[in-house]
Amino acid sequence: MTPVHATTGQRQPIDADPVLKLEGITKRFPGVVALNQVDFDVRPGEVHALLGENGAGKSTLMKVLAGKHQANEGRIILGGEEMAFENPKHAKRAGVVLIHQEQSLVPGMTVAENIFLGSLPKKWGNRVDWRKLREDTNRILETLKCSFQHDDLVGSLSIAKKQMVEIGRALVFTPRVVVFDEPTASLTDHEKPVLYDVIQSLCEQGVGIVYISHRMDEIFHLSHRISVLRDGEYTGTVNTCETNEDEVTRMMIGRSLELDHASKPSEFGENMLELRNLSVKRLFSDVSFNVRKGEIVGMYGLVGAGRSEVAETIFGLRSPSAGEILLDGQPVSFTTSHDAVAAGIALVPEDRKDQGLILGMNCRDNMTLAGLESVSTLGFMKRADERAVYDKYHQAMKIKTPSWRQKVGNLSGGNQQKIVIGKWLHTHPKLLILDEPTRGIDVGSKAEIHALVKELAKSGYAVLVISSEMPEVLGLSNRIIAMYDGRVTAEFDGDSVSEDALVQAITGMGASAAAATTA
Amino acid sequence: MISIKGFFRGRTIIQPIWVFVIAIFIFFSFMSEYFLSLSNITNILVQTSTIGLIALGMTYVMINGNIDLSVGAILGLAASLAVGLQDYGLTIAIIAALASGMLLGAINGLVVWKTGVNAFIVTLGAMLGIRGLIFLYTGEQSFYSMNFAFADFGASTIGPIPVLAIIFLLCTLVMHLVLTRTGHGRNTFAVGGNPEASIDAGIRLGRHMMINFIIVGFFAALAGVLLASQMGAATPNLGRDYELWTITAVVLGGTKLTGGYGSIVGTLGGVLAIGILRNGMNLMQVPAFYVLVVLGLILITVLIIDKKLNVPSTKEVRI
Repeated sequence: MTPVHATTGQRQPIDADPVLKLEGITKRFPGVVALNQVDFDVRPGEVHALLGENGAGKSTLMKVLAGKHQANEGRIILGGEEMAFENPKHAKRAGVVLIHQEQSLVPGMTVAENIFLGSLPKKWGNRVDWRKLREDTNRILETLKCSFQHDDLVGSLSIAKKQMVEIGRALVFTPRVVVFDEPTASLTDHEKPVLYDVIQSLCEQGVGIVYISHRMDEIFHLSHRISVLRDGEYTGTVNTCETNEDEVTRMMIGRSLELDHASKPSEFGENMLELRNLSVKRLFSDVSFNVRKGEIVGMYGLVGAGRSEVAETIFGLRSPSAGEILLDGQPVSFTTSHDAVAAGIALVPEDRKDQGLILGMNCRDNMTLAGLESVSTLGFMKRADERAVYDKYHQAMKIKTPSWRQKVGNLSGGNQQKIVIGKWLHTHPKLLILDEPTRGIDVGSKAEIHALVKELAKSGYAVLVISSEMPEVLGLSNRIIAMYDGRVTAEFDGDSVSEDALVQAITGMGASAAAATTA
Repeated sequence: MISIKGFFRGRTIIQPIWVFVIAIFIFFSFMSEYFLSLSNITNILVQTSTIGLIALGMTYVMINGNIDLSVGAILGLAASLAVGLQDYGLTIAIIAALASGMLLGAINGLVVWKTGVNAFIVTLGAMLGIRGLIFLYTGEQSFYSMNFAFADFGASTIGPIPVLAIIFLLCTLVMHLVLTRTGHGRNTFAVGGNPEASIDAGIRLGRHMMINFIIVGFFAALAGVLLASQMGAATPNLGRDYELWTITAVVLGGTKLTGGYGSIVGTLGGVLAIGILRNGMNLMQVPAFYVLVVLGLILITVLIIDKKLNVPSTKEVRI
C-alpha cells in the first residue's frame, strides 16, 4: 500500500537529456482551443506525472503525442529528431505508445494474438509463425511478471490482467516513451502494486513514462516530476520531492474559482428525495442523504466511486440490495426507468452520445422523446404541439441550431446537452439528476448550463448534480456529498467547505481522518 | 454529382430507390409494348402484394433493430390454416390464420425481449420449427379450397383495380402514418437508433419490440391468407424464401439492418423495384434464372450507392 498521508514524494529528479520533447503544441478544434502553446518533456527512466482537471487538455496532449490528433502548431522531438506522427501506428513504431483508459482488446483471441494484433510474426507464404509468436509473447509476459499464459483467452482474464495485456502490446516495439492514461481507474487496491512494479521495471530499462492520474497518492508515490495543465495552458513543472499536494492543487485550479455563491438558490422546501442506507452489492453501500425542493446537492468523487451507480439505482436501472428510496416522502422502488420517469425523476446521463441522445434523430424528436404522451392523443402525435414544445425550450435555453430538422449528432456538445436537459424539463420532473452535466463542453456553454441549473433549482426543482470537477461542484451546490469507493465519506456545506477537505474526502484520506475523530 | 448528393441529402423526400423505380419503369415502357398498360400495372401490384405486405411489418421490426426470418413459415402456416379450417366456417378459418401469425409473432418478440437472444437466431429457430408444424398439420398434403367465395375473393376487383392491390396500398398508407405520426412509430426509431438512450428516456423497449413482432406476424399471416385465396389452395412449402425477398425489398428501400433508419415509402419503392424488374424481364422473355442474377446484382449495387451517398459529412455543423 502507498503511504496515505505522503504529502511530498521521495523521488529525486533524474538528470538526463529528455528522450521526448514537446514544444509549443497548439491544437484547435472547431470553436475551442484545446491546447495553447504547451511545452512538455520526458527524460529516460523517469515517471513524469501529468495533472489537470477534466477538460484541461491532458488527453488531447497525449493524443497529439501518440499520433491520434495532429497539432496545429508546435514540434515533437523524439531522441533529438523532429517527428510528425500521422497515425498511432506511426508513433508506435517510433517508440511512443499510449495505454488507453478503455481497453481495446479482442476478447475471443488469445493473449499472444492480442499482444501482436496487427503485427503477427510471419513465415514465408504469409503464414503466422506460431513458434516465434509464442516465444516473443512469453518473453514479454516474463518482463511483466504475469501469472497468465500466452494461450489464455483474453475474455477470461480479470480487468487488471487485461491491462497487463494492453501494456504487453506496448512492449512489442521497443518503446521509448509509454503513456499511462488513468491506469488505476479500474483496478482494485491489491492489483495496483503489480502495475507499479511494471512501471518501475520499465523505468529501469530507460523508458520514459508519462503518467496521467487524478489520484494524488499515486502521483506522489510514483513520479519524479509533475507537470500541470489548466484550461489547455501549461502552468508549470515541479520536482516531486520539492512540492506538496497543496501546491499542485493550486497549480491545477489556479484561477480564483469565481464562486458565485450569491446566485445559488437559497430557499428550500421539504425533502424531495431521501436515501436511507441504500446499497447495491459490490457497487456501493450505506448511502444516505437527502435533496430538498429548490436545493442543489452536489455529489463529488472520483470516477468509479459509485456516484453514477447511485443515480442509476434511484432511476430504477439497478435494484438495491438494501436500503430505501423516498420520493416526496413516499417510499418508492422502480423496476423500470419508465416507472421512474412517470414518478417524476429525470436523469441526464453521464454519456450524452451513448445514453442521452438518439444521434440519428433530429432536435425536435429528441426533445420530446421522454414525454410523447403529452404531445399526442390516442397514440397520434400532434405536430403543432410538438413544435411548440421544441420552440419553447429552444428559446428558453438558447440552443443554437439552424433548424429543428438538424440531426443532433451534428450539434456541439453544449447544445446537445441543452437538448437532453430540455427533454427532461418537458416531462416536468420533481427531481432532476445531472450526471457530469458539463463534461466535454466548452467554457461558454458550461457557464450557461450552470446558470440554467441554478435557475431551475430556484424555480422549485430538487437537483442532484454528480461531477468530478471541483469548481463545478463548489460553484453550484448548496450541499456536497463526497463519495469514495462506494461510500459517502462526508457531507459539506457548499459555501464554507475548503478544497483541501473535499480532496481528502474523495481520495479516501478523509475517511481515515473521519474515522479517527469519531473513534 | 454534388447537386445529386445535395438533392438526396437535404430533404429526404426523394429516396434513391424511387429514382431507380422510375428509371426502370421508363426503361421497360420503351422495351416492351405490353408493359405500360393498366392491366399490367395492377398485375404488378397484385404480384408484389404478398411480399409487400410482409415487408411493411418487416420495416418496423428492422427499424426497431431486429429482424424476423420466420415470416415465410408463418405465411405458409396461415395459408394452410385458412384453407384447412374452412369446414368450421370461412370466418373462423381466416381469424384463426391471422391469430396464429400474431401469436407466433408475439412469441418471437417475447423470447427476444425476455432472453436478449439475438432476433436473427430466435426467428431462425422459429422459421425451422414453424415449417415443421406445417408439415405436422398438413401431413405433407396440399389443401384445396372448396369455398368458392374464398377463391373468388383473390381474383375480385373494384372497378378496374384488383382488391389485393387495394388492400396492399391501404395497408401501406396506414403503416406509413403509424410510423411517422404516432408515439409507437417514433419510439420504434428511438429504440433501434440507441437502445440505451431509449431506456434512459423511460421508453418501454420490450413492449415496442413485441408489438412490432406481432405486426409483422399479422402481415405475414394476412399475406398467407390472401395468397391462398389467389390460388384457391395452400401447399406446405408455400412461402419458402419469402423472408429473403422481404428483407431484400426492405433493405433496397433504405432501411438499415442495424436499426434506427428506414421508411415505409422506401420499402414501397423496394417492393415495386423487385416487382417491376421481375415483371418487365418476364415480358421481355428473359429466362427466370437471369432475373435472379440481375436482382442480386441490383441489390448490391443499390446498397453501394446508398453507402456512398450517406458518408457522414466531414464538415459537421458545429455552432
